[in-house]
Amino acid sequence: MSRFLAFSGAISGWLPTASSMAPRVDRVLRDLLAAGSAVVVVLTVLTLVILVRYRRGSAASRAPSRIATWKIEASWITGTAIVFLYLFFEGAGVYVDMERIPPGLPEITVVGRQWMWDVRYADGRREFNTLHVRLNTPVRVVLSSEDVIHSFFVPAFRVKQDVVPGKIVSTWFNPTRTGTYTLFCAQYCGTAHAQMLGSVVVLSPGDYATWARGGLLSAGGTAEARGHAVYRRFGCAECHEDPQGRRAPPLGGLYGSLVTLADGEQLRADDQYLHDAILLSPRYRVSGYALTMPSYDGIIGPSDALDLIAYLKASATAPLAVQP
Amino acid sequence: MNPATPAERQDAAPSYLGGETTVASWLGTLDHKRIALLYLFTITAFFVVGAVAAALMRWQLAVPTADLVTSDTYNRLFTLHGVVMVWFFLIPSIPAVLGNFILPLAIGARDVAFPRLNLASWYIFVAGGLVTLYAIVVGGVDTGWTFYTPYSSTYSNGHVMVMAAGIFVAGFSSIATGLNFIVTVHKLRAPGLTWFRLPLFVWAIYATSIIMVLATPVLAITLLLMGLERVLGVGIFDPRIGGDPLLFQHLFWFYSHPAVYIMILPGMGVVSEIITCFSRKRIFGYPVMAVSILSIAGLGFLVWGHHMFVSSQSVYAGVVFSFLSFMVSVPSAIKVFNWIATMYRGSITLSTPLLYVLGFLALFTIGGLTGVFLATLAVDVHLHDTYFVIAHFHYIMVGGGVMAYLGGVHYWWPKISGRMFPEGIAAFAAVTIFVGFNLTFFPQYLLGYLGMPRRYMTYPAEFHTLNVISTLGALVLAVGYVLPLVYLTWSFFRGAPAGPNPWGATGLEWQTSSPPPEENFRETPVVTGPPYDYPPL
Repeated sequence: MSRFLAFSGAISGWLPTASSMAPRVDRVLRDLLAAGSAVVVVLTVLTLVILVRYRRGSAASRAPSRIATWKIEASWITGTAIVFLYLFFEGAGVYVDMERIPPGLPEITVVGRQWMWDVRYADGRREFNTLHVRLNTPVRVVLSSEDVIHSFFVPAFRVKQDVVPGKIVSTWFNPTRTGTYTLFCAQYCGTAHAQMLGSVVVLSPGDYATWARGGLLSAGGTAEARGHAVYRRFGCAECHEDPQGRRAPPLGGLYGSLVTLADGEQLRADDQYLHDAILLSPRYRVSGYALTMPSYDGIIGPSDALDLIAYLKASATAPLAVQP
Repeated sequence: MNPATPAERQDAAPSYLGGETTVASWLGTLDHKRIALLYLFTITAFFVVGAVAAALMRWQLAVPTADLVTSDTYNRLFTLHGVVMVWFFLIPSIPAVLGNFILPLAIGARDVAFPRLNLASWYIFVAGGLVTLYAIVVGGVDTGWTFYTPYSSTYSNGHVMVMAAGIFVAGFSSIATGLNFIVTVHKLRAPGLTWFRLPLFVWAIYATSIIMVLATPVLAITLLLMGLERVLGVGIFDPRIGGDPLLFQHLFWFYSHPAVYIMILPGMGVVSEIITCFSRKRIFGYPVMAVSILSIAGLGFLVWGHHMFVSSQSVYAGVVFSFLSFMVSVPSAIKVFNWIATMYRGSITLSTPLLYVLGFLALFTIGGLTGVFLATLAVDVHLHDTYFVIAHFHYIMVGGGVMAYLGGVHYWWPKISGRMFPEGIAAFAAVTIFVGFNLTFFPQYLLGYLGMPRRYMTYPAEFHTLNVISTLGALVLAVGYVLPLVYLTWSFFRGAPAGPNPWGATGLEWQTSSPPPEENFRETPVVTGPPYDYPPL
């Protein structure tokens, strides 16, 4: 028995509760486990009693039950439905909070590719397969893939988000315990899927500052600066900073605004819109402009696209000026 | 020549196993019972193939590092295991074997509505199976049975198209069988056998057939689109050529979630037959049982999005699919309660078929409840694509589906073979399978909660202990599966003669001799009462 307890202790000890969301998920899980175990125990005991008591040849009475069958059925259906409804709402409530990313969080860009995680910070640092984050500081992880679908899974945070090529998907977490936690790729992605592991290192504010001063791989300037380089390399200004403003819509102040397309549809200029408008531009003809922009799909890579979006985001408040 | 009286014909008519016994007479037979046996041999062979792949995987997983096979081989093994077990064992298991054999007998018919189509279904199935086996022999496929794009359509280095073609072909066998059964139930019921006098096994096969006919074409379309992209480069799923990877998941699960019900609904029918027979009681709440089968079949089409909670589909879609998934579990829960209520105040004999059913009840309940865990949004985010999911669907599809299949095979074995199986060793095998199954798959629930992702051939050391327990369990399970293969084969030739109705059951199939003659009944039976009309205790 003591060995069993040690074993179950070890099991719960193996999975740390290291984010603000983790205890909330575990609470729902505990409710499910309590309801589920109760059902299993009650049904097992009931079945065993019935098997013994009503075995063939036993003396127990077999007089027909006096309760109408439909009443029993109705109470089972109602009871089950009520318990299920409660569990549904409990799980959906936490899920909606997971999916509602608080505005204004610091961002880390993570690009999945067969079979590694390419991690870039806004300040220009770059790492592979490791993310450093600060304790009690919520962070948004902006995910994209260069090839197939991957999935960003940190069990200790109870966070999982598929990383889908052609899409920009974000997730977030607020780390609440220092330590190093495993990052898995949870969506099968080919030969070395099981080796696509990484780690998330949660540092105390002091340690984080020390780490941030350290020399890491540089991704070539801040995300904004890298994005500006992409902006210049592809000559975006030629059309988008046309003095008459006729060739292409101006980009300053674009991020977060409402865009009206030629067919009357209105879209919010968020990360996904910018991504699609750059890479799949023929699909997005902005009202009042001819469709002259070619598709940059396969020309601007996912990482460059994310940097470019970071640059446009930084230019959201001011008209885009030609920077030195 | 004077026509013989019915009684004389019955005496003269050999059983379906007698008469012509040449290979050609079997391969050209139009008798639903012989076709059922053709399926029995074929799917047993496929089961062995799928089980060997599973055994190799569990052997590899006994250690955390790559030891037995390379990762490319491992990826081919789990693809093979999934494809073969889903499409070439589980989906045809109860419908094509027990459905084919029992359905016409249970409704008092001489055969299915379209005997030639029935034989054609088997040939199509074998053709699809051979193409799939060819894909395995020439090098295998490494996409997983789910064929997610864009991996399958552009990046995978296996023989994806060959295997997809095999599944595509086999799908037509499902459709033809489903169609055949639907028409059979509508048109060939014995006089007096009204819809609400149908045994629940017939209801279950009927509902399953509807799913087969409606869902399988979507799978065919999906595989065809994947082929268009992989071979001709038409952008459908790969975003680099203008496609959408999530579209594939929607289409795939629109088929594959109902396919789960193709695998479990027939089992529910078998359980209802066995539990009434060995409790000597009518089923508790017959109308609710029949309606719940139909509502599970219908609602099963509306929940595919619960496979995609973390796929980046819309939050609102996630909430709606979660709600509908909870709703589909209500009728399943009600069925479990009704089965237990059927035994209450019955007269219970613990024969082997009932042991399998008790195993089914336990494993299906655990599998169903953990399915509720996965329908719960926030919890699924953590458990999705981990071993928790593997454990959950094995509890349903193996713990539920295969236990019911084996229970049904034992229950109807005297009818199929005309002989009894050895009760002692059969009961021992049933208990061995139950124990082995739990040892294999229960640790996987824990592994999943701890975060071990599925389709990992190597894993961090902290998952080692539980994986070793699981592998040892698989060894016990293998022993349990080999036993019936041996003693049923023995019993087929040497078992004690069974007589028409060894269990004292009520269904029409028990009113003819064992094994039944060609065309089943000497005189068409007439039904005058409800099903499971056991005398009051």
